[in-house]
Amino acid sequence: MIDTYVIPLVKILFVLNATLIGVTYMVLLERKVIAWVQVRLGPMRVGPYGSLQPIADAIKLILKEDITPTRADKWVFTAAPIIVMVPALITFAVIPFGPSVHLFGRDIPLQITDVNVGLLYIVSVASIGVYGIILGGWASNSKFPLLASLRASAQLISYEVAVTMTLVSLIMTAGTLSMVKIVEAQDSAHLWFIFVQPVAFVLFFIGGLAETNRAPFDMAEAEQELTGGFHTEYSGMRFALFFLAEYANMIVVSAVATTLFLGGWLAPFPNVAWLNFLDFVPGWIWFLLKTFIFLYIFLWVRATLPRYRYDQLMRLGWKVLIPVAIANVVATGIMKVLF
Amino acid sequence: MGNAIAFYVTAALILGFALLVISTKNTVHAVLFLVLNFLAVAALYVLLTAQFLAVIQVLVYAGGIVVLYLFVVMLVNLKRQPEDHSAPQRRPWLGFGLSAVVLAQLAAILVWGGAGMPVDPQTMQNTDLAVNNVERIGMLLYTDYLIPFEVASMLLLVAMVGAIILAKREL
Repeated sequence: MIDTYVIPLVKILFVLNATLIGVTYMVLLERKVIAWVQVRLGPMRVGPYGSLQPIADAIKLILKEDITPTRADKWVFTAAPIIVMVPALITFAVIPFGPSVHLFGRDIPLQITDVNVGLLYIVSVASIGVYGIILGGWASNSKFPLLASLRASAQLISYEVAVTMTLVSLIMTAGTLSMVKIVEAQDSAHLWFIFVQPVAFVLFFIGGLAETNRAPFDMAEAEQELTGGFHTEYSGMRFALFFLAEYANMIVVSAVATTLFLGGWLAPFPNVAWLNFLDFVPGWIWFLLKTFIFLYIFLWVRATLPRYRYDQLMRLGWKVLIPVAIANVVATGIMKVLF
Repeated sequence: MGNAIAFYVTAALILGFALLVISTKNTVHAVLFLVLNFLAVAALYVLLTAQFLAVIQVLVYAGGIVVLYLFVVMLVNLKRQPEDHSAPQRRPWLGFGLSAVVLAQLAAILVWGGAGMPVDPQTMQNTDLAVNNVERIGMLLYTDYLIPFEVASMLLLVAMVGAIILAKREL
């Protein structure tokens, strides 16, 4: 009874809340980091050093008037932000945050569930998120959002192919699709997969930037060309859902990259003997630390690089990333047969 | 018991969404109901402990192909009423007859083919098939079903070449 219902429910509640808090504070972190890059202070007024700014933002967004355009398709207009948000959150179901911990006389694995198709589950759930963006733009019944959503969905579909092809070579190295077993494979190999599959790592990170609509690939919200983007007609909490889903997706991509390439909950350099003193640090702290590094790189890239032009983006996706990903799969296969 | 309830609920959802797909006037809504239909079918696969198939169903159909449908439907802007589309050369009876034949075939398979549920899914939960789903499918595809698998991939290749030739008259 406790094992089948209580523990999973507690874990789900905990992970969902932690994610949502993480998402709101990602917004603050982004404003702060970009401000520091540009030699500004960032939010400073609400709370010490602006630390309560996310709460002020949330109250503002909830209290704002929620407008549905008169000619909009009401049902689809309402559903679109939900369709974006749900896949971003349910992806966390298969991400392992750490090895099993011993609490109250039970071994509790630190992930909601471990399915044998975990990685494919993440890819397929992420592919559902595209609908929210397409439908949000279409249902607004306004030309700029429609154009933006067509752009965004073309971008997401193109980069999805590249990312999935990249993951194939990683799956070949790990020999499994289960997220937990991928980390265990890195543990038994005493090597993070970033050193085995460096090409795949770079491709995955570029693809991840594009999949989350982040700079330099934030084509969906090119303000200068599209007066905003696919969410131009959205206001209040519905806009906030689109906004938060983007940050949730960033956390998902970072957590997946950590699990696949940086050894998940493993301590750094498990093959170096004199680093063994690091073993006292619990696994989940390593996991959060590595995920945070990825998130910081996301913000850093946004503050540094200008936006790609649309045709350059498509050329990069189809003519560079996909061929390199396929070549990487072939190379991985050859290496696997030879060694 | 729980499995039976889950099965009938999913089956009802599949049929309900399928009906909505063909009865909705708005084309975009029809495509959305198609997505929900595919998701319900994926749930059915999960009930049959075919997790790999379920995930691929979502990835390929719900997340891939239907997005392209939606693209086309949105771009051609089908705001006209369906009455305007009535084609004089359409033969509703032919379609009706063909679907009746398919229905009869399915019924025949159900009655004589022994297509009942072979084992109770509850007992399948921890078997080798459930735990090593991906490995088992891979092994079958590359041993027993190698020829059909290759033929299917040839078919996709032919379709791809055909699409390229149709889209680009002068290569």
